Amino acid sequence: MSTIAQANTKHEAKRKNSAFSKLGYGVLYAILGLIAVLQIYPLIWLFFFSLKDNQEVFNESPFSLPTDPKWENYTRVWTDGNIGLYFFNSIWITVTAVVMTVLLASFVTFAITRMKWKLSKPVLGLFMVGLMIPVHSTLIPLFDFFLKLNLIDHPLSVVLTYTAFNLPLTIMILLGFYYTLPKEVEEAAIMDGCSIHRLFFQVTLPMTLPVVSTTAIINMIYNWNEFVFINTFISSDQYKTLTVGIQNFIGQYMTEWGAIGATLMISIIPILIAFLFLSNRIVEGIAAGSVKG
Amino acid sequence: MDKVMSNKFVISLYVLPALLLILTLIYVPIVLTGYYGLMKWDGIGEMTFIGLENYTKLIQDADFWGSAYHSFLLALFSAVSLIGYLGISLILTSKIKGANTLRKIYLIPMLLSSVAIAQLWSKIYHPSNGMVNSFLQSIGIDNPPAWLAEPSLVLPAIFVAIIWQYAGFYILIYYAALKNIPESLIEAARIDGATPLQIAWKIKIPLIAGVIKVTIVLAIVGSLKYFDLIYVMTGGGPNGSSEVIASYMYQKAFGSYDFGYGSAIGFFLLLICLVVTWLIRKLTATKEEIQY
Repeated sequence: MSTIAQANTKHEAKRKNSAFSKLGYGVLYAILGLIAVLQIYPLIWLFFFSLKDNQEVFNESPFSLPTDPKWENYTRVWTDGNIGLYFFNSIWITVTAVVMTVLLASFVTFAITRMKWKLSKPVLGLFMVGLMIPVHSTLIPLFDFFLKLNLIDHPLSVVLTYTAFNLPLTIMILLGFYYTLPKEVEEAAIMDGCSIHRLFFQVTLPMTLPVVSTTAIINMIYNWNEFVFINTFISSDQYKTLTVGIQNFIGQYMTEWGAIGATLMISIIPILIAFLFLSNRIVEGIAAGSVKG
Repeated sequence: MDKVMSNKFVISLYVLPALLLILTLIYVPIVLTGYYGLMKWDGIGEMTFIGLENYTKLIQDADFWGSAYHSFLLALFSAVSLIGYLGISLILTSKIKGANTLRKIYLIPMLLSSVAIAQLWSKIYHPSNGMVNSFLQSIGIDNPPAWLAEPSLVLPAIFVAIIWQYAGFYILIYYAALKNIPESLIEAARIDGATPLQIAWKIKIPLIAGVIKVTIVLAIVGSLKYFDLIYVMTGGGPNGSSEVIASYMYQKAFGSYDFGYGSAIGFFLLLICLVVTWLIRKLTATKEEIQY
């Protein structure tokens, strides 16, 4: 059969099927759209009840729009509930741990992919196996360890643990990029008498900036949302982050829907804003961090 | 060149900080967990060596096996739901306009903290003012259940919240893998007269078998370790009916200060996760060899 004839039969088949396929596609779009609504609507619902008072929550339909938006719910929890402080703690703890993780992981990845040493394979193996360790299997010894070092209820315990537990994933994502990066530039720099530290900081690190920012974003999301370690190691309000802070705050305000909604919204807005501007990076990072395991 | 790149001092300088961190904070603790499991210890006072007592107690502990059963159900359920995610991803990659935006929308819940998700879903399941029951009442169901207070309904209710949280994650992974299949392969099959279902079943799925394997490990091992959302949403209740291994361990260690027993559970959890990972890799390895 000639290609033209083939194309013709294909065309005919398409025409015959077009009514059917239009309907089929309609159904598919409806399914996909419905899933999108299911994924988003709970958040819209949350936003609505964050602007209501209890009167409205209990007497009106849960699906109604807030009639007279109570923005004061937000200002009230921000000041009354220490939410401002928790927010600040979340930011600095997250950022400190991310900077440490990404820098240390870049050092390791550089040493593993660029330098020659016998133990590089087993050391890489240690980092990769770290991905499989359940947090709960380390929790009691870690608690005891930090207790002995007087670091329980000290933010350093959390920053160090976040760094350690995020290193494996970060190194895994960095590795993929380092392997594909051409080595010529670095080789030329060495030929020109560039020292190894200058090579790392002024040549390699700038070249890997795209993947570094991807891992930084992924790390930020994970740290921002972390719960087990901070809940176990930190007990005073002074050092609590948003995740554990809102958990305690909501425990006290069990019945005030507006305050709970506003608190939850405050904790997720930074993530939603980040997603709005960096969705491609986030998607890329999550995909890279999962599949290569 | 080689001399610069094999400088032992520089290598240690670059590798040791990170290596020391994971050794002290990940590897030493997992060994110690096994060791503390041999102790009677309240976390503050002296440890007393009691041999395998905690481990034998664990084997006879009906509450522990109850939580292990819930973890197993969660793992099974997560693995089965992968089929649905794969189906959605196959649809998304079949010339759907706006597929890229849709998969991003699906991902949003996964970016939120489990604490926020748990609090939100507690409100969604609220007996009188929650979304679910209000909806059920509006379509004429008069006495919808109090989802999180009903021992027989609490696990399914939590599963739904977990699907909401993770669906976008798996769809994203499958979508990326399916997009990587060369268009020419699919076009060739189409010209040979293969139907879309045949193409999906005989070409696309076998080609992403490696990725599917990874997601099975992720879903099952992830479920076995699952903690945050359940701990915040129900605390394992009502009456232990939503307890999972990790929440049971946490309750024993930091609730009733039985650090020895908590360590034994933690060590057991580690063994299960490692064995299951190894087992899935073994079971799926032969399949992959046939395909390529």
